[in-house]
Amino acid sequence: MTVLAVAEHRRGELRDVSLELIGAGRALADAVDAPLHVVVVGGDVDTFAERLNREGVDAIHTVAEGEEHNHDVTVQAVSALADDLDPAYLLAPHSVNGLDYAPALASRLDYPLVTDAIDLSVDGETLVVTREMYGSKVETTIAVEERPAAVTLRPAEWPRAKGRGDATVEAFDAPIDADAIGSTVTGFQEVGGGDVDITDADVLVSVGRGIGEEENLELIHDLADALGATVSASRPVVDNGWLPKNRQVGQSGKVVTPDVYIAVGISGAVQHVAGMKGADTIVAINDDPNAPIFDIADYGIVDDLFEVVPALTDAFEG
Amino acid sequence: MWGSETFNVDATPTTRMKILVTVAEAATVDDEFSVDGLGIDEQYLTHDINEWDDYAVEEAVQIAEAGSDVEVITATIGPERAEETIRAALAKGADRAVRIWDDAIADRDLLDAETKAALLAPVVEAEDPDLVLTGVQAADSGFAATGVTLAERVGYQWAAVVNDLDVEGDADGGTASVHRELEGGVEELTEVDLPAVLTIQTGINEPRYASLRGIRQAQNKPLDVRTLDDLGLDAEALASPLRWTDTYVPESEGEATVFEGDAAETAGELAGVLREQGVGE
Repeated sequence: MTVLAVAEHRRGELRDVSLELIGAGRALADAVDAPLHVVVVGGDVDTFAERLNREGVDAIHTVAEGEEHNHDVTVQAVSALADDLDPAYLLAPHSVNGLDYAPALASRLDYPLVTDAIDLSVDGETLVVTREMYGSKVETTIAVEERPAAVTLRPAEWPRAKGRGDATVEAFDAPIDADAIGSTVTGFQEVGGGDVDITDADVLVSVGRGIGEEENLELIHDLADALGATVSASRPVVDNGWLPKNRQVGQSGKVVTPDVYIAVGISGAVQHVAGMKGADTIVAINDDPNAPIFDIADYGIVDDLFEVVPALTDAFEG
Repeated sequence: MWGSETFNVDATPTTRMKILVTVAEAATVDDEFSVDGLGIDEQYLTHDINEWDDYAVEEAVQIAEAGSDVEVITATIGPERAEETIRAALAKGADRAVRIWDDAIADRDLLDAETKAALLAPVVEAEDPDLVLTGVQAADSGFAATGVTLAERVGYQWAAVVNDLDVEGDADGGTASVHRELEGGVEELTEVDLPAVLTIQTGINEPRYASLRGIRQAQNKPLDVRTLDDLGLDAEALASPLRWTDTYVPESEGEATVFEGDAAETAGELAGVLREQGVGE
């Protein structure tokens, strides 16, 4: 019995979530008294293996197949490895690429799958997975009463594994059926360049779904002008085309670390918070007292933004 | 976009392209709510089309409008209540709908990705679409796994988190050229062989509102209901080793200073704090 964690890399870099998987995987492996194995598929696997060799890792399996993430290769390689190892639990990141292979991998292996875990515990033979629902308004627990099982872990929820491990590193000779590869990565594209770099701003006024209509954005621009701040946004505002993509804060947008971040009409979904929780001071203006943004805010106003924002603008202009 | 000429390579009179879109309802929760057992008390919930699926419907309809002979079918796992949402998708341009429901489904509190895929797979196999579009995730449960699980189950290719799509048809089935929205403002450009399941990210298009004419037409479009029996499944298809055991409101980790008073008062206090931090100088 083992715990098997699948590392993630992109464009030559091992991604931090890989080290978080080791952190979570070690704790889980201890709970079921099993060794922790890590597998990395594609890219410069020897360099990746060196970086993955942290405290608590017992074995690293490398599959030197291709450069970038390809879900068909990953599913074939990891399912073959899992057939060999028969892990109790398989851990993958709940990242965009994790979403692209983990469900297929679990299905092919006939493992039950729970996604987007924020906590794991073991109770006898049962794995208890904590995850959020309804946009972080509630937490739920799901009992997985079968082994093996697969879980995807939300990034930035577990500490990164540290130290230097003494794992064995072995090349795994995965049988890859090239005919079964049905997609090809042809390139990458950076998005969100343009006029303003929100990552440079000291003060951001960030606007979310609560603004309601495009014409209401004027209130936000007025406030930003009064404060000498830059305007950024959460995803729905950009999806609606009201502000360009280079203004988007969050997992799929920019990660910002301003001195002051003023979230206006932003509920604080986890994907957004991932992009701004490093701000020194966070201010939230939202009429929903239960909005998750208040969990990370330093200062809050629970009120109608259409009242508060003009009043705040006045306070600086007056 | 979809080029109609590229699909006239053979002259069979059947539909040249078929797109199946999964349409789910997602519940949004009122600001104030209470947990009732494993769920949220129904009086605090509003059920509407899952936001991601709305973009998937729009994408399918745009492909259909750009082509000459494209059929769009929606598939929904949901109770009769969901028919309002399904009619809305038909009003936006889908041609017909399938709704999957059964007392055995109603009895289940947790439909995990494998279970949903097991229910959708017979519909995909019967319809044999070139393209299946699903939303990346459901806004309420957020598993984000149904589309890729379904692809694996029916032997389709796939791509997850697609925010740009061009379809090229040919006699062998064709190719979808997609952008996958990775973290940190990077998109991956990928070619996917058809038939394929693509999970659609918000922002890929601008979902339309249904026109009055569309709403009228939708009333006459076929909406078939399928039970487990109709799908050739038995209750075994719903068996899952996952058990939903608890739901609770997490204790706030917040230590925010919340200003009290009317807007002028709270804004004034906040302005004071911001000035202390050097804002506005």
